[in-house]
Amino acid sequence: MEKTTYNFKEVMSKPERLAPGHRMCAGCGGTITVRTVLRALEEGDRAVIGNATGCLEVSSFMYPYTAYEDSYIHNAFENAGATLSGVETAYHVLKKKGKIKENFKFITFGGDGGTYDIGFQSLSGAMERGHDMVYVCYDNGAYMNTGTQRSSATPQYADTTTTPAGSVSSGKVQVRKDLAAIMAEHHIPYVGQSTFTSNFKDLYTKAQKAIYTPGAAFLNVMSPCPRGWGYEPSEMMTICKLAVDTCYWPVFEVIEGKWILNYEPKNKLPIEDFLKPQRRFKHLFKKGNEELIGKFQEEIDHRWEELKSRCSL
Amino acid sequence: MAVRERLSGNEAVAYAVKQINPDVMPAFPITPSTEIPQYVANYIANGEIDTEFIHVESEHSAMSATIGASAAGARAVTATSSCGMALMWEELYVAASNRLPIVLALVNRALSGPININADHSDSMGARDSGWIQIYAESNQEVYDNFIQAFPIAEDKRVHLPVMVCQDGFITSHGVENILLVEDDKVKQFVGEYEPEHYLLKETERMALGPYAVSNYYMETKRAQRQAMCSAREVILEVAARFEEMTGRKYSFFEEYQMEDAEYAVVIIGSAAGTCKAAVEEIRAATGKKVGLLKIRVFRPFPEEEIAKALSKVKSVAVMDRSEMFSATSGPLGAEVRAAMYQAHSTAEVVNYFYGLGGRDITVSDFKKVYDNLEMIAKTHVVTGMYEYIGLRSAQSEEV
Amino acid sequence: MASDKIYDKIHEQSPWQDITEGNKIFEAATSKDFCTGEWRTATPMWAVERCKQCLLCTPVCPDSSIPVTAGKREDFDYDHCKGCGICAKVCPFGAISMREGK
Repeated sequence: MEKTTYNFKEVMSKPERLAPGHRMCAGCGGTITVRTVLRALEEGDRAVIGNATGCLEVSSFMYPYTAYEDSYIHNAFENAGATLSGVETAYHVLKKKGKIKENFKFITFGGDGGTYDIGFQSLSGAMERGHDMVYVCYDNGAYMNTGTQRSSATPQYADTTTTPAGSVSSGKVQVRKDLAAIMAEHHIPYVGQSTFTSNFKDLYTKAQKAIYTPGAAFLNVMSPCPRGWGYEPSEMMTICKLAVDTCYWPVFEVIEGKWILNYEPKNKLPIEDFLKPQRRFKHLFKKGNEELIGKFQEEIDHRWEELKSRCSL
Repeated sequence: MAVRERLSGNEAVAYAVKQINPDVMPAFPITPSTEIPQYVANYIANGEIDTEFIHVESEHSAMSATIGASAAGARAVTATSSCGMALMWEELYVAASNRLPIVLALVNRALSGPININADHSDSMGARDSGWIQIYAESNQEVYDNFIQAFPIAEDKRVHLPVMVCQDGFITSHGVENILLVEDDKVKQFVGEYEPEHYLLKETERMALGPYAVSNYYMETKRAQRQAMCSAREVILEVAARFEEMTGRKYSFFEEYQMEDAEYAVVIIGSAAGTCKAAVEEIRAATGKKVGLLKIRVFRPFPEEEIAKALSKVKSVAVMDRSEMFSATSGPLGAEVRAAMYQAHSTAEVVNYFYGLGGRDITVSDFKKVYDNLEMIAKTHVVTGMYEYIGLRSAQSEEV
Repeated sequence: MASDKIYDKIHEQSPWQDITEGNKIFEAATSKDFCTGEWRTATPMWAVERCKQCLLCTPVCPDSSIPVTAGKREDFDYDHCKGCGICAKVCPFGAISMREGK
């Protein structure tokens, strides 16, 4: 199934499976993730798309307007994993009984709130049971649908509406949870972490592997939110590039337990370059806060070394 | 010929699951319903059915996966009790709103806290507004029969609502009784092959489910849901009639026991009805007093007019609640029966009792006292202790 | 003749009897009938003569508004483009410019 070559023009010519007319904000990273992942489906395959409550859900299926070319199910905030596991199980039974002839794939999307936090248990259960499905987290690092509240995916020091930077606060106290690593520890056959690169090869090929590897797969995709992060919507791709080149958001995959680093910047940029263009980190650049940026850098360096050592094993 | 067996309520439900052979069963263990998924897992392990079991990590996920499976086009069932149902709460509403014909075997148990594993109705009574059809049983035979009837009710085009088949924890779920089992082929024929019209995996259709609906749609959606609950009334009776043809066992919204000439009536749900029946027999034999019992089988949809009619000739009524709702007045059954009687301009006196919370025993002599009280209330028209307790220890003479 | 637009079948004035059972929708991609192009405050303009058909603009569109057929992009879907400007930023050839307004 896995294609060894990536023909960008061919991939771009595949039919669109996320229709326009959804109500996501201008410049949203979430739908870019969804489009790319769904494009990795083979044209003859059908899919059922699941969705945790969040921006994507309330915007992509506002009654009676569904943005999906495929069948779609939203249930609640914390149970996208369990819900799709029910759909996938039904498929296997009905297929066995000869009631369904077509091939189906099962892909569910959740934001970081619905995935790292409230949906964590349901996700863990679905992955542990090994359903043949892909869980895609479009990670924008906060509860954006309710107005940018802190989640466990929010980076340290980020100014959110529940961790506001103030006279005695420097934003979020804790560091981000490393969900991709936690998912890898479930010993599922495929885990990938990605974001947007200029020709989208990284995300597309990871989506392809996730969808077509039998068993449970997890994708963690950094999907910037211009409103929540505070940058110009048109700057999306610059932000993504800086995230990767500062090693804030490493792109890697874990195939059958083997860790693979997919990109190592030739010139690892200082974390300031990623933090500076974003309003949520503005307070870090006030005089006297240099130490905080230093701490942020330490955490990045520590995690980067840890990842590299995992990948060299 | 029907098969005579000796089974517990849990075994009876599991046996019905085996006969129906549903497509998917997600379930999570919780006392006292755990045995149901255990028995089903055994049937699966021995190749007796081809149901797929999903070993979910919680009851919330059990109902979530059941919803997913049902939406996908599968016949899906689950089982739970007490806090398990409480954890499903959000999903109960979603299942009903999505109009999915899910069947849930509920073994009624008290809700925490304090944690208590014994029978009362606080779990299902709390879920009474969730949009599920609720059918209650007095005995193992009834829970088995109700479980089989639940599928054609839920799956009827006029209904398309989930059904909760309730039995009392331990008393019914673990009590072994004689039971008549319907032959496998007859059960299969009775419930029929599940052929949904719309589902996620349908070849000729794309379906989207679970939208965000703005205010301009929400109220209309709820009205349509209400219509399904209204239609469920006739479907429940039709299915009962069909079941009677097959088995000779008669079911309706409720059972009227010695009600033809009754002057004093008890209204009750579940296994304690059996105890009450014994009291009715003893009182009638010993004193000739006209006492009767109305045992509710279907609580949702609520058979308001029918209940009021059945109680139209009595002088006084005791409504027995096996759960609190902390309105600081009545229990849920008390409130609804009173409302039904008020609507029918009844002049009968009504007293509401709390009994059996957290598995507290209720005995024949307790019911005799209830009937004595009904007789007094009918004479004096003074209802002392509007909200009485049975078996409660108290330092004061009267509860209010 | 019956319209094939979803809003002709179900809309905010529909009586409850017309609301689909369980709010299910039995068609794909009905969102196309909703024009988000109204939201634009800036509009991308495609200079065909400058375009090298590299297609780098197509995957970055959050609104699937740069249609591609057989390896070639076509003009913007202005019914749905929200004017975020990501495409203009990624074009290496200056073939997309943002114009103020709709």
